[in-house]
Amino acid sequence: MTSSETQRMNERILGNPKFRELVKTRSGFAWTLAAVMLAIYLGFIFLVAFAQPLMAMKIGAGVTSLGIVLGLVVIVSAFLLTGIYVHRANGRFDELTRELQKEIG
Amino acid sequence: MRRILPLAAALLAAGMSVAWAAGAIDGAVDKQGINIPAISMFFLFVLGTLFITYRAAASSKSAADFYAAGGGITGFQNGLAIAGDYMSAASFLGISGLVFASGFDGLIYSIGFLVGWPIVLFLIAERLRNLGKFTFADVASFRLDQTRIRILSATGTLVVVAFYLIAQMVGAGKLIQLLFGLDYLYAVVIVGALMIVYVAFGGMKATTWVQIIKACLLLGGASFMAFMVMLHYGFSPEALFADAVRIHPKHDAIMAPGQMVADPVSAISLGLALMFGTAGLPHILMRFFTVSDAKAARKSVFYATGFIAYFYILTFIIGFGAITFLMSDPSFYAPSANGTINKITGLLGGTNMAAVHLANAVGGSFFLGFISAVAFATILAVVAGLTLSGASAVSHDLYAEVFARGRANEQQEVRLSKMAAVVIGIVAIVLGYVFENQNVAFMVGLAFAVAASCNFPVLLMSTMWQGCTTRGAFFGGFAGLISAVAMVILSKAVWVQTFGFKTAIFPYDNPAIFSMTIAFVGIWLISKLDASQRARNEVASYDAQFIRSETGIGAASAHIH
Repeated sequence: MTSSETQRMNERILGNPKFRELVKTRSGFAWTLAAVMLAIYLGFIFLVAFAQPLMAMKIGAGVTSLGIVLGLVVIVSAFLLTGIYVHRANGRFDELTRELQKEIG
Repeated sequence: MRRILPLAAALLAAGMSVAWAAGAIDGAVDKQGINIPAISMFFLFVLGTLFITYRAAASSKSAADFYAAGGGITGFQNGLAIAGDYMSAASFLGISGLVFASGFDGLIYSIGFLVGWPIVLFLIAERLRNLGKFTFADVASFRLDQTRIRILSATGTLVVVAFYLIAQMVGAGKLIQLLFGLDYLYAVVIVGALMIVYVAFGGMKATTWVQIIKACLLLGGASFMAFMVMLHYGFSPEALFADAVRIHPKHDAIMAPGQMVADPVSAISLGLALMFGTAGLPHILMRFFTVSDAKAARKSVFYATGFIAYFYILTFIIGFGAITFLMSDPSFYAPSANGTINKITGLLGGTNMAAVHLANAVGGSFFLGFISAVAFATILAVVAGLTLSGASAVSHDLYAEVFARGRANEQQEVRLSKMAAVVIGIVAIVLGYVFENQNVAFMVGLAFAVAASCNFPVLLMSTMWQGCTTRGAFFGGFAGLISAVAMVILSKAVWVQTFGFKTAIFPYDNPAIFSMTIAFVGIWLISKLDASQRARNEVASYDAQFIRSETGIGAASAHIH
């Protein structure tokens, strides 16, 4: 392909509604999840740094503290967030990519 | 036996510096008696992996085979290999030791090391696979100047690899001395020689399979230990915690944050370094080129996150199990000079040995040998991965693109990579020997800080921001790298503890919050100010890069056969 053909091809893809939808929904989704992860993590670190009595608070009658439970929640949520992303990407995003590839041949 | 000064305990008083306890094993150690079951099991592992290396060498012909295992690794296998790269012996022994010594605080580390993975998945993994071929420099230099961006990326890679490798080598020497009763020098030479063999002969294929086997052994061994601990407590975490609180000298304090987070700026800075450093570790980024496409890259992060999360939950149980199983049994302790037993630091071999002693307590001497062999295998696999990524930076980035200006053929490039692996291996042995009695704990921190302040910003900005230019990435990236290194040198860990000055010039323990800001602002500002024709061309060629990074159309297939 000459450079002007490549140029035209690029413009065709950039203007394709499927491409726009893919980029828009995926990047919005990915940045949202990244922000959620960052908020969960920094929230945890802030609690550890500034709210030690709260973290030391007991859950129920035993010795298990809120800090331990929240820590495990952060670990599990990291895994769940990756799962949510992969599920969505394997479905909708891959479908859009396939349709786009078909359209532009 | 002389008591070891365990890193975790030594640095606990220093507040956040303890951060890097998880990354290195430090302090003087005494040799143990020769441990026959451990050595035989390790010998079996080495034989098996050498056989794999031999097979891999026979089938590795092209550069794609050497750097990227021919692109033939599945998402699941790659997930295991990534997890293997991440679950170093230091993080297994270091984090369980930290939990043993201070309970909850150990969990803070595990979480910091884990939460970088979702970020890698959401922002990096698929784009990396779509744009790159063998190294992350391929991606960063996609539309920018090959020479300058590859010099920057290769420097970032080699700095990270060097510091990480020294910390691993010193830790390896000490650990092997402890577990196997070998001399420090022999231990370092054996590790160095084996990693050279894996990398130089087997390339990425052998390195990946060594990593997968080790990940399975480590996950299996750790699962068994955690299972035995939980079995003892009828699978009730509350019962385990209650017993631990009763036995541990700090009692209820082990259930809450301790001294580790005395300084919020350091805590957040450390958090950022751990989170974003993960997304800039060159040996990890390289793994995304071993799979066939973006979908497999995405799956591999999902599996890796699952394995790593599971592994950190296991180390947490193992740490608490070590409290309840070991602290009530004096046979695991060396009494101090006045005859009393310190239930934390008095542990034979130091707190980093908590998991190893627990293996003995729950599985007897045979299982102790197994865990020791797995720890050794773990070190080998991690240093092999680091060596390969360093060698690739030298051959694929510096030699092929910078010196030969793209005129080198594949054979020359791979030959040079193998030579680089040999040189890096020898340098690692020498540095491991030189640094035997130095404090190397800060080096893992430095590696993460540089990865977060140079590799990650350059990678993110060049792929996500159209306005990023060569000049911006080059100077911003170097500013991040240099400021991270400078701030670590001026901080307490180096300025006071290594150089012996009275007070630290840089008041915090981790530079990431500042050096990352310097890198991102630097890249942005210098790109904005860059009015050259080259900059305009680079901005204009973003479209093509953007299309390929989002859709994979035109992506390099690593599989050449």
